[in-house]
Amino acid sequence: MSKKLIDFVAKHFADEVLDSHSRLGNDTVVLKRDRLPEIVERLRDDESTAMNMLRAITSVDYLNRIPRFEVVYVLYSISKKHMLTLRVVVEEEDCTAPSIHHLYGAAGWMEREVWDMYGVEFDGHPDLRRVLLYEEFEGHPLRKDYAKQASQPRLDLLVRERDSVEEFNVFYKSKPSEGSRDS
Amino acid sequence: MAEDIYQPLDQDIHTEPMILQMGPSHPATHGTVRFTLTLDGEKVIKCDTEVGYLHRGFEKECENSTWTQVFPYTDRLNYVSPLLNNFGYALAVERLLEIEVPERCNWIRTIMGEISRLSDHLTCVGAGGLELGAMTAFLYALEGRELVWDLIEEVTGARLTVSYGRIGGVKDDLTEDFADRWAYTRGRLQEIHANTHKLLTRNRIFLDRMQGTGVLTPEMGISYGYTGPVLRSTGVDYDVRKDHPYFMYGEVDFDVPVGDTGDNYDRYLVRMEEITQSIRIIDQCLERMEPGPVNSDDPRVVLPEKEKVYNSIEGMINHFKIIFEGIQVPPGEVYSYTEAGNGELGFYIVSNGTGKPWKIHVRSPSLIMMGGLHHLIEGGLLADIIPTFDTINMIGGECDK
Amino acid sequence: MGLEHQLPEVLTTRLESAVGWARKHSLFQYPFATACCGMEYMATASSRYDIARFGAEIPRFSPRQADLLWVVGTVNHKLAPFLRRIYEQMAEPKWVMAFGVCASTGGFYDNYATVQGIDKIIPVDCYIPGCPPRPEQVIDGLLALQSKIQAEPWMKYAYEEKAKRRAEMERSGNPLFTPIDGQET
Ligand code: SF4
Repeated sequence: MSKKLIDFVAKHFADEVLDSHSRLGNDTVVLKRDRLPEIVERLRDDESTAMNMLRAITSVDYLNRIPRFEVVYVLYSISKKHMLTLRVVVEEEDCTAPSIHHLYGAAGWMEREVWDMYGVEFDGHPDLRRVLLYEEFEGHPLRKDYAKQASQPRLDLLVRERDSVEEFNVFYKSKPSEGSRDS
Repeated sequence: MAEDIYQPLDQDIHTEPMILQMGPSHPATHGTVRFTLTLDGEKVIKCDTEVGYLHRGFEKECENSTWTQVFPYTDRLNYVSPLLNNFGYALAVERLLEIEVPERCNWIRTIMGEISRLSDHLTCVGAGGLELGAMTAFLYALEGRELVWDLIEEVTGARLTVSYGRIGGVKDDLTEDFADRWAYTRGRLQEIHANTHKLLTRNRIFLDRMQGTGVLTPEMGISYGYTGPVLRSTGVDYDVRKDHPYFMYGEVDFDVPVGDTGDNYDRYLVRMEEITQSIRIIDQCLERMEPGPVNSDDPRVVLPEKEKVYNSIEGMINHFKIIFEGIQVPPGEVYSYTEAGNGELGFYIVSNGTGKPWKIHVRSPSLIMMGGLHHLIEGGLLADIIPTFDTINMIGGECDK
Repeated sequence: MGLEHQLPEVLTTRLESAVGWARKHSLFQYPFATACCGMEYMATASSRYDIARFGAEIPRFSPRQADLLWVVGTVNHKLAPFLRRIYEQMAEPKWVMAFGVCASTGGFYDNYATVQGIDKIIPVDCYIPGCPPRPEQVIDGLLALQSKIQAEPWMKYAYEEKAKRRAEMERSGNPLFTPIDGQET
């Protein structure tokens, strides 16, 4: 793959780029956080890049690393057929990233999902609710320090409804003549 | 005229907006989705979609399994076409490992993937008919699906949850009489396809319900990340199989059907045409494939043969290591994408060099499509939700992960 | 000539077996299909396997009209309250079938999201193992449930009501209530 896209970002936003590489067919740029919407908008609107589709937003939790989180954006251009991965570093103490929901329709839900699973807040998102989990849920399950089996039931699950059935079973075993017979 | 009499009346009737909950257990939402609808009469003014009723912690489960153990979980993502998910995931890990699979394996993956796509599209078309009252079309489609599943069962050993993919290959070669069985299934499928066309395509009721409802524009489709048959129905010919060929899609000859209006009817037609194209691809593959090995010979990833395991110490240690520690994948990350039944299925995988994935993110086409669904529903009638929701073909396992 | 011409005009049977027979062959079902098992449910219900042969033909999508609740697929904590609600809306007599390992035990999803078996939420009459169970297995499960229905005493539900009322009185500490064994006053 050509490194055209990486060069494009490096040329226009040299101060923002922390690292860049091209491996396994993926061009990746690691960026500082704050000017992300501007960069994405430039990539989307510039003739030579035309990244008109947002493929995915996700986050990675590198537990013992500082900064702990990385938010990953995968951009694609339907007309030019090229792809660029942007990675934005996010600190644990200040777990926020700028929202890009106004640039792509799809970003709204993807950001909600990242918030739901990793607890990265998106500044400026109008409707940051949980998507896959429910409101009462506390914590963010895909963080590495969330235990796999730590469930938070919505119902008090152990109330058995049919205690009476068990009672009946005891009853008719003691007095078979009153209960059922084999038919 | 009758309409004139009612017109002033209509204008005077003042209706309060009504809020209606649809789902999460509704017969027409074949997953479990909840729409909170604000209705004005029968018209939908606002729709709030809520998903997640099938969230099973796919990503958390994967992080706690070895690379090979992830396969059964991928089966249950899009459970109508599990093979496509299997191969998509295998391809992603192979990219990270930088290994090549033998040619025959690629042919097999293409064939089995397309067979799975047949099952996906048949289910979608059939269930769509059922929900609009065309029970016969559903029974035909299900018959076709049973035939397809018979083929899958013959090769993989299971009907639905197959786990047929392996990193660096597939579980086993095709059976010897596969081509003959395919010839039979193919004939029957084409009959079913023709019958479905006869039953639905020119059916007045079907046309009235499907045409002009749930319209998607190309700009919106792209902005909302729609892919697959839904995006193609708007006229954008984005198909990963053509644009970035993987497996053997570069070698075979097939067309990508596109629609032009982006309504439900176009989506139905695109799916019907894709069935024909899939049959065409499988025919070409069967003709051109050569005998050969189906697994790569890289000892890092492929289990040694049983003979070696039982008779030599190296073989046994190798087997033990792959099973217990998992395949060692070099550190790095990759975004790999394939064309699944509903659109682009992407895997963003991060490895830290151990036997277990550090992170697997699925770009599931359904979840992203659900994000923009309210635009297709708002402004239409309540009854139009049902065909729209069906042609979007949201699959719970994939959507909610 | 149908079989009915060969029969005598009057047949004698016990009321209980007649009721059980009628109940087991007219199951109206509510498919609560959530996940992958739903695909096998569709296959069982349609052309090739045709569950109508066993008198469980008509899916009713309103719990108030259904006797048999099929819980088909994984139930997670988000969905659990809805399942409970649907079960409570069904009228007696009612039966519940757990279709697939996910519904029976949580299956191989042992994590924060899934309920480890629906019997934690509602009572279950019959479990069908398999991930997903094959249609043959489903039919076998249905037959097992039918024989269970046949064997059920037909006054069971009236008895249950009574037992429930008794338990309630006990809980509320009603002075008029005396335990059967009579050890306390
Ligand atoms: S038992 Fe298996 S097939 Fe059925 S819902 Fe669970 S995972 Fe899916």
